[in-house]
Amino acid sequence: MSVLPLLPLQFAAARMFQNALAQHPRMASRLGAHALKRFAIDPVDCPFSFILEPKADAPRLTVVPSLADQVYDARIAAPLLVLLGLLDGRYDGDALFFTRDLMIEGDTAAVLALRNAIEEADIDPAEVLGLPKQVAPFVTERYRSLAMHLRQALGAPPEINCGSGSQ
Amino acid sequence: MTSRTIYGTQKTMELICPAGTPSALRAAVEAGSDAVYCGFRNETNARNFPGLNFDDEELREGVAYAHSRAAKVLVALNTFARAGNFGIWQRAAEQAVSAGADALIVADLGLIDWARKAFPEQRIHLSVQAAAATVPAIRFYVEHFGVRRVVLPRVLTVDEIAAIAADGACEIEVFAFGGLCVMAEGRCLLSSYATGESPNMNGVCSPAAHVAYAQEGTDLAARLNGFTIDRYPDGQPAAYPTLCKGRFSCGGKTMHVFEEPTSLNTIEILPALQRAGVSALKIEGRQRGKAYPDSDGARLPRGVGCFAFGAANAIAGAVSIYRR
Repeated sequence: MSVLPLLPLQFAAARMFQNALAQHPRMASRLGAHALKRFAIDPVDCPFSFILEPKADAPRLTVVPSLADQVYDARIAAPLLVLLGLLDGRYDGDALFFTRDLMIEGDTAAVLALRNAIEEADIDPAEVLGLPKQVAPFVTERYRSLAMHLRQALGAPPEINCGSGSQ
Repeated sequence: MTSRTIYGTQKTMELICPAGTPSALRAAVEAGSDAVYCGFRNETNARNFPGLNFDDEELREGVAYAHSRAAKVLVALNTFARAGNFGIWQRAAEQAVSAGADALIVADLGLIDWARKAFPEQRIHLSVQAAAATVPAIRFYVEHFGVRRVVLPRVLTVDEIAAIAADGACEIEVFAFGGLCVMAEGRCLLSSYATGESPNMNGVCSPAAHVAYAQEGTDLAARLNGFTIDRYPDGQPAAYPTLCKGRFSCGGKTMHVFEEPTSLNTIEILPALQRAGVSALKIEGRQRGKAYPDSDGARLPRGVGCFAFGAANAIAGAVSIYRR
């Protein structure tokens, strides 16, 4: 993919990242020393990846066409819908890793710190989009419903059961 | 139906759930846990795991939240204080008491003694990390330091638990679900040998900083500080590299040399544990990801790991049945 088509994605990703950080200012402190690490987020079914640098004074999320030339401490790889589900609390990271639906490489402690920080933040998709509170619950519900149907249609791992408790 | 009980007079078993983070604490309380246990984000906590645990403000908020819903918060200060740096442990105890903790879970004799004198009214529980597993050992802590409850190692049989409980020195807490540690907890020499670190002082027996996974051909290798603990062919579920549960080549065979990777699940012996005189059931797993409470009113503690979903749900349900 050429550089040009990544620009809108870069703009949107950076904006959403800033929104998430603004809503969850404690995330960086929860990461501790791992906030200084560089995380490669690799949606394996997409022609781009992300470099996440959560350091408190200059947090940054960068879209890159390939990880080949990138330096990073840890790589987290899975299909995009799975990664989005992790961000949204629809998946348990441990379970995905143990079933081999998620791959991690590099600094395991940094990955666990990031996992725990994201999980504690309870990130809401509408928050990340920067939507006003009046419409946020509706948008989040619609997003989650759409994502769940997409995951089912594409054969992604089943989400954590939030409803029946029958697992 | 939940019957909240007052410490010292309870007739039913208390369900205690792990809270690795504030959101896990809230979820466990919402799901009906009688108590949660948690710790600070520092070396006073034997589960000092990356990205987990509480700062002072988060603990205050968590205790207030739990108390508003009639749940208790037990704060684990269960590491052994470093020589020359006792102040960190003192400050943690002061912060926990100030936040309103219902009990301190402590292992270090010096800290128990200090806390007992500094906060004579504060309830103290003896952590499993203290490895007190006999009547004389438990009596020592009770008689000299006023310990009100002991958390027993998870390798004891029900008969052994009953014999300890029959002495009546203090309340008895046992693990109801989680990993099954066969070593003296927090003192695993196997782990110390492999990592050069203390399982008590460095978070867990397999510190994440020493864990590495590598895809090698069709195998995923799980390593702890360079030691290959297991290899998983494609399609086979992987696991966290825990030394005692690894597969090793030994005598020409590849096998689980120390123990099968079996978890502790007491669901079938809950009635026996209650008859044995157990006061409280602890679900292990502050380092696990969140699971989710169901909508059917079952008392599922959300703070337990996804892998534990079914068993924790069943244990929670069984405990609630005994309260009816």
